[in-house]
Amino acid sequence: MNMDLVVPIIITLIGASTPILIAALGELVVEKSGVLNLGVEGMMLIGAVVAFAVTYTTGNPWLGILLAAAASAAASMIFAFLTLSLSANQVATGLALTIFGTGFSALFGQAYTGKPISIFRSIFPEALATHPLWRLVFGHSPLVYFSLLLVVAVWWFLKKTRAGLILRAVGENDLSAHSIGYSVIGVRYAAVAFGGAMAGIGGSCFPLLLTPQWAERLTAGRGWIALALVVFAAWRPFRLFGGAYLFGLVMTIELYTKASGGTGGVPSEFWAALPYLATIAVLVLISLRRSGHSAAPACLGKPFLPTN
Amino acid sequence: MLPRLELRGITKRFPGVLANDNVSFAVKPGEIHALLGENGAGKSTLVKMIYGIMQPDSGEIYWDGARVTVANPKAARRLGIGMVFQHFSLFEALTVLENIALGMDAKIPGRELEARIRAVMTKYGLLLDPHRTVATLSVGERQRIEIVRALLLDPKLLIMDEPTSVLTPQEVEQLFGVLRTLAGQGCSILYISHKLHEIKALCDTATILRGGKLVDTCDPKVETSRSMAEKMIGAGLKDIVRGADRIMGPPKLVVTKLSTLKLGHFDVPVDDVSFTVRAGEIFGIAGVAGNGQNALLDALSGEVHGGDSHSVTLDGHPLGLLDTTGRRKHGLCAVPEERNGHAAVGDFSLSDNTVLTARDRLGMVVLGLINSGAAKTYTGQVIAEFAVKALGPGAMAGSLSGGNLQKYIMGREIMQKPTVLVVSQPTWGVDAGAAAAIHQALVDLAATGSAIVVISQDLDELRALSDTLAVINMGRLSSARPTADFSVEEIGLLMGGVHGVDEVIDAIPA
Amino acid sequence: MQFRLEKRAEPSKAMLYLTPIGAVLLTALVGAIIFSLIGYDGVRAVREIFVTPILNPLKWQDLAVKSAPLIIIAVGLAIGYRANVWNIGAEGQYILGGLAGTGVALLTRDFSGPWILPLMIVAGMVGGMSWAFLPALLRTRLQVNEILTSLMLTYVAIQLLNYLVIGPWKDPMGFGFPQTRMFTADQLLPHIIPGTIVHMGVPIAVVVALAAWFVMSRLVFGYQIKVVGSAPNAARYGGFSVNRTIWMALLTSGALAGLAGVLEVAGPFGRMVPSFPTNYGFTAIIVAFLGRLHPIGIIFAGLAMAVAVVGGEVAQTTIQLPAAAVGIFQSMMLFFLLASDLLVRYRVRMVGSNRVEVTP
Repeated sequence: MNMDLVVPIIITLIGASTPILIAALGELVVEKSGVLNLGVEGMMLIGAVVAFAVTYTTGNPWLGILLAAAASAAASMIFAFLTLSLSANQVATGLALTIFGTGFSALFGQAYTGKPISIFRSIFPEALATHPLWRLVFGHSPLVYFSLLLVVAVWWFLKKTRAGLILRAVGENDLSAHSIGYSVIGVRYAAVAFGGAMAGIGGSCFPLLLTPQWAERLTAGRGWIALALVVFAAWRPFRLFGGAYLFGLVMTIELYTKASGGTGGVPSEFWAALPYLATIAVLVLISLRRSGHSAAPACLGKPFLPTN
Repeated sequence: MLPRLELRGITKRFPGVLANDNVSFAVKPGEIHALLGENGAGKSTLVKMIYGIMQPDSGEIYWDGARVTVANPKAARRLGIGMVFQHFSLFEALTVLENIALGMDAKIPGRELEARIRAVMTKYGLLLDPHRTVATLSVGERQRIEIVRALLLDPKLLIMDEPTSVLTPQEVEQLFGVLRTLAGQGCSILYISHKLHEIKALCDTATILRGGKLVDTCDPKVETSRSMAEKMIGAGLKDIVRGADRIMGPPKLVVTKLSTLKLGHFDVPVDDVSFTVRAGEIFGIAGVAGNGQNALLDALSGEVHGGDSHSVTLDGHPLGLLDTTGRRKHGLCAVPEERNGHAAVGDFSLSDNTVLTARDRLGMVVLGLINSGAAKTYTGQVIAEFAVKALGPGAMAGSLSGGNLQKYIMGREIMQKPTVLVVSQPTWGVDAGAAAAIHQALVDLAATGSAIVVISQDLDELRALSDTLAVINMGRLSSARPTADFSVEEIGLLMGGVHGVDEVIDAIPA
Repeated sequence: MQFRLEKRAEPSKAMLYLTPIGAVLLTALVGAIIFSLIGYDGVRAVREIFVTPILNPLKWQDLAVKSAPLIIIAVGLAIGYRANVWNIGAEGQYILGGLAGTGVALLTRDFSGPWILPLMIVAGMVGGMSWAFLPALLRTRLQVNEILTSLMLTYVAIQLLNYLVIGPWKDPMGFGFPQTRMFTADQLLPHIIPGTIVHMGVPIAVVVALAAWFVMSRLVFGYQIKVVGSAPNAARYGGFSVNRTIWMALLTSGALAGLAGVLEVAGPFGRMVPSFPTNYGFTAIIVAFLGRLHPIGIIFAGLAMAVAVVGGEVAQTTIQLPAAAVGIFQSMMLFFLLASDLLVRYRVRMVGSNRVEVTP
C-alpha cells in the first residue's frame, strides 16, 4: 500500500470522527446523570458559528474554541433551566434547543458567509511531521488530541472518581441520591453544562478542522449521529471511541468516492445518505445484541420529582 | 440522664393536611423506642424532619440537651443520626461497595472503606460480598447494605422505618438480634412500625401517633396488642364478619403447570405453578417481595400469556391464551399491586379509569364509541358503595389518597361481580379503616360464590382472610393447605425458600 | 419571603388554554428586545412578523395555505405524542408523501379523469406511512428509539428526493433544471376560492383536525392512545397492546405527514423540486405543542405559526431580516410554552420564611 495515499485517508478519517466523538462524550456524561438532551445538533451549530466568528475576527482559534464551548454551555443552560428547574419535557425541550441553535447559527453566521478562515493545524513543528508515519502522530490539530484525551478523562472520571460515582448514582436513582443528601438538580446542571461545552467544541471542529468557511446547517445532522452513538456505545467511553471512528470511516468512504467521481454506478446521493443509514443499522445491531436488559441509566429522560 | 433526642411541639403542615400537630417526646440513650401509628398517622413525616429531609413548620429538636436545626441529611449524620429507609435508597446498577461509598460523607479510599465494611459486617453478622451488584441481591440482603451503611458512621441514634415489612420471620429475628446488640452498646433506636407483636417483643417505649397527633407514650411490655391497636386506630377494632358454615363450591379457577418467561434481567418468572380455587374460597398466596408475585398476577390477569391455553381455566373454559379483555369477558378480573400507573391512570378521571377495565363487562362501548355517561354512572355507584372520598367521577385518580384510590379500584372490580378475582397487596399502604372495608368486601364477594386469590406480603392479613394458603418462593408455589393448619414458623421457612420443607410438611399428618 | 410551588390537585384548565397565548406574547416581547440588541429594528421586526400578516387582507390567503400542511402534520404528530411515541421525522414522511404523489402523477400523465387526484392522495399517504414503517417496526420489535430512526430517515428522504429530481424524474424539457414536469390539470388541487391561491388542502386540513378531535375524545382508539401514553402498564392491564398502539400512532402520523406532502406538491408547487422540503415537518412539532396536542388547539396554533412564517417572509423583504430569524422566534415560542407548563400543574405561592435559627 502506498503510504502517501493511506496516511491522508487516515487523517481524513480522524478529522471526520473527532467532532462526533467530542460531542458524544459530552452527551454520554449528560445521559449518565439521567438527562436526555436532544439539543446536541443545535448546540454544535452554535459552537460552530461562534468558533468561526471569533477565529475570523481575532485570528485566534484557541479563543474561538473557548468561546464556542462557553456559548454552547450557555445555550444548554436554557435546556437545563426548563427541564431541571421547571421539569419540562426533556424531549420537547431538546428539540426546541436544536431549532433554536439552527436559527441562531444561521442568523449569526449570515454576516460571515463566504469569508475564509484557516484550518487550525498541528501545534507541533512542521519538521516533526515530515515522514507520513510521523504525520500520523504529530500532524493533527490540537482538537484531535483533545478528543482522545477526553475519552480517557471521561472514563476515568466516571469510573474512578467520587464525583463520577455520584453522577452515575444520580442517573441510576435520583430519588435515592436525593434522600442520601446529594443535589440531584445541581449534579444534572453541571452535567448538562459540560455536555453543552463539549457539543460546542465538537461544533467548533467543523470550521476549524473540516470546512474553513461558514454555511448554514454546517453540522448536517452530526449531532443526531452523536446521540445515536451514545446508545451504540452502551454508555461506555471506549466503545464510543470505536463507534465514532466507525462513522468517521463511513464518512471518509463517502468523501473519497465523491472526490474520485468513480461511484461505480451508485448515485452520489446514496453515499450522502450512507451515514444516516449506517446510524439506523448500528442502532438495530446494538438492540439485537442486547440481551434482555438495557445499559441505559435507569432515570434517563425522566423528570426528577421529589415527593417532598 | 439527658435524652439523646427530644422533640418539642413539632408541627408540619402540607396543603390540606396537618401531618404533625404539636408532637413532643424523648428518646433515651440505649433505648429502643417505637413510633407506632397507622399509615398516614404522620410517622414518616416526623422522622424525615429528624433526619433533615424536611423542616418543621414550628417546634424544636434537642440533641443531647442542645437545641439543633437539622438542615439536611448530611447534618443529621454529622450529629450521629443514621437512618434505614423503608424504601431503600439503593442504586441497582452499582455494587455494594459503591452504594455504601455514596452514603459516606467523608472521602474514604476504596480499600480502606472495604476493610471497614468487612469489620462491621463481621461484628454484627451481616455478611455480604461488597463487590456484588445490588440488583442481584435479595430484599433482605439489600436491607443489610442500608444497615451497614448506617453503622459505619457509629450512629448514636438509628432510625428504622418499617424495616420488617419485607423480611421473612427468620430474617426479622436476625434483625432484632442486631438491634438489641446495638442498643446494648448505647445506641438509641427509633423503630417505626405498625406491627404490634414486634413492638412488644423489641421495644422499651412506644409513642403512638394518630392523625398527626401524639396519642400516648407507653410501655409496650405492659400494654396488650389490642390496647395499643385501639389507641392507634382510635376506636374499637372491627373484626371481619363471615357467614357461618360456609361450604366451598366446585372448582372455579384451575391453574395447571403455569410458567412465564424471564422478561427483564432481574425479573423473577413463575415456574410450574398449579393450584385450584373453589367457588366461595379465598386462596392466599404468601411470600417475600420479589419472588414472582408480579409475574403470577400478570399471568393470571392475562397481561402476560402462558404458552398453553389450558394452563389457566375458569369453569373449564381455557383462558391461557386470552388477553386481559378476553379473560374479563369470561369473568376473571384482577387488581395488580401498583395502584397508580398500573391499576389506574393517575392523570385520568375516575370515570375514565372505569372505562379501562369495565368497558366490556358493562357495555360501555358501542361500535368503538365510548359511552361516557354509562362510565360516569357506574363510577358514581362505586364511589357511593365503597365510601371513596373523592370530589366525584370527574376527580383525577392521582388526586386521591392511596387508600381511597385502592377502595375505588377494588370497588370497580368487585361491582362487576367477577367469577374469579385475583388481587395483589389489597391493603398495602392503606389505613386500617379502609383495609377493614376492603377485607369485608372480599369476604362478601366470596360469600356470593366467587373464587378469590389474594397475593400478599402481609401474613397477618392472609391469616385473617384466606381459607387456604400457599407460599411463593423464587417463582415456585408450595402445596396449598387450609390456613389454620400452617404455623407461622412453617410459613416463614417456606418464604425463605428452605429446601425440602414442602416434603417435611406433607409428611406431617393433617 | 420566598416562593413555593404547590402541586395542583388537578391541572388548571384556565392555565392550559391561557399559557399558549402568553407564550406567543412573551415571544413577541422578548424577540423585540433581542432583535433590537443585535442591531435590527426589533419593534418593527415583531410588527412585521406577528401583526402585518393579520392586518393585511392580501396575506390571509397565504395564512390559510401555509397553515394547512402545518395543521395536518401536527394533528398526526400530536396523536403520536399523546401515545408517547416521538416521531420527529415528519419532514421525511412529508417528502415521501410528495414523492409518492409525484410518482403517480408522472405515471398518469397520459390519462385524464377525476380519479387521478384521489389516487395521488392515497399514494401520498401510503408514501408517508412507508417512511414511518421502519421506525415503527424497529421500535416495536427491537426497542430501537424512534426519535433517532425517524430523524435519520429524513436525511435519507432528502437524498432520495435529490436523486429523483436530478436523475430519473428530471423534466427532459426543463433546460437542465433539477425538477419534474409540471403536473397536468387533473393532477393539481382545485382552488376553492376563485382568484386566490386557497386550494382544497385548506378544507381538508380542517376536516382532518375535526375528525381527529372526534376520534381522540370519543372513540376507544383515542382512549387507547391516551392510556398508552400516560401509563403503559395500565394500558396492558386494560387489554390494550402497547406495540399495536405504537404502530397505529406512527402510521397515522406518517400518513398525515404524507397527506400534507402530496397536497403541497399538487397544490402550491405543482411539480417536484429540490426545494420541496420547507421545514413544515419540523415546524409542525412546535405547532403540535403550541396547540396542546389537541386537534382544535392545533388549528389555532397552525394559524399562529403560519402568521410567523408569512410574517418572516414579509420581514425578509421589508427590513432584510434573515429567514433564520423565524426559527429563533419559533423556538422561543416553544421555550416559553414549555416553561409555562409549570403553571398548569403547579400554583405559585408566596410564603413567609419561618425557619428556626441554628443554635447548636
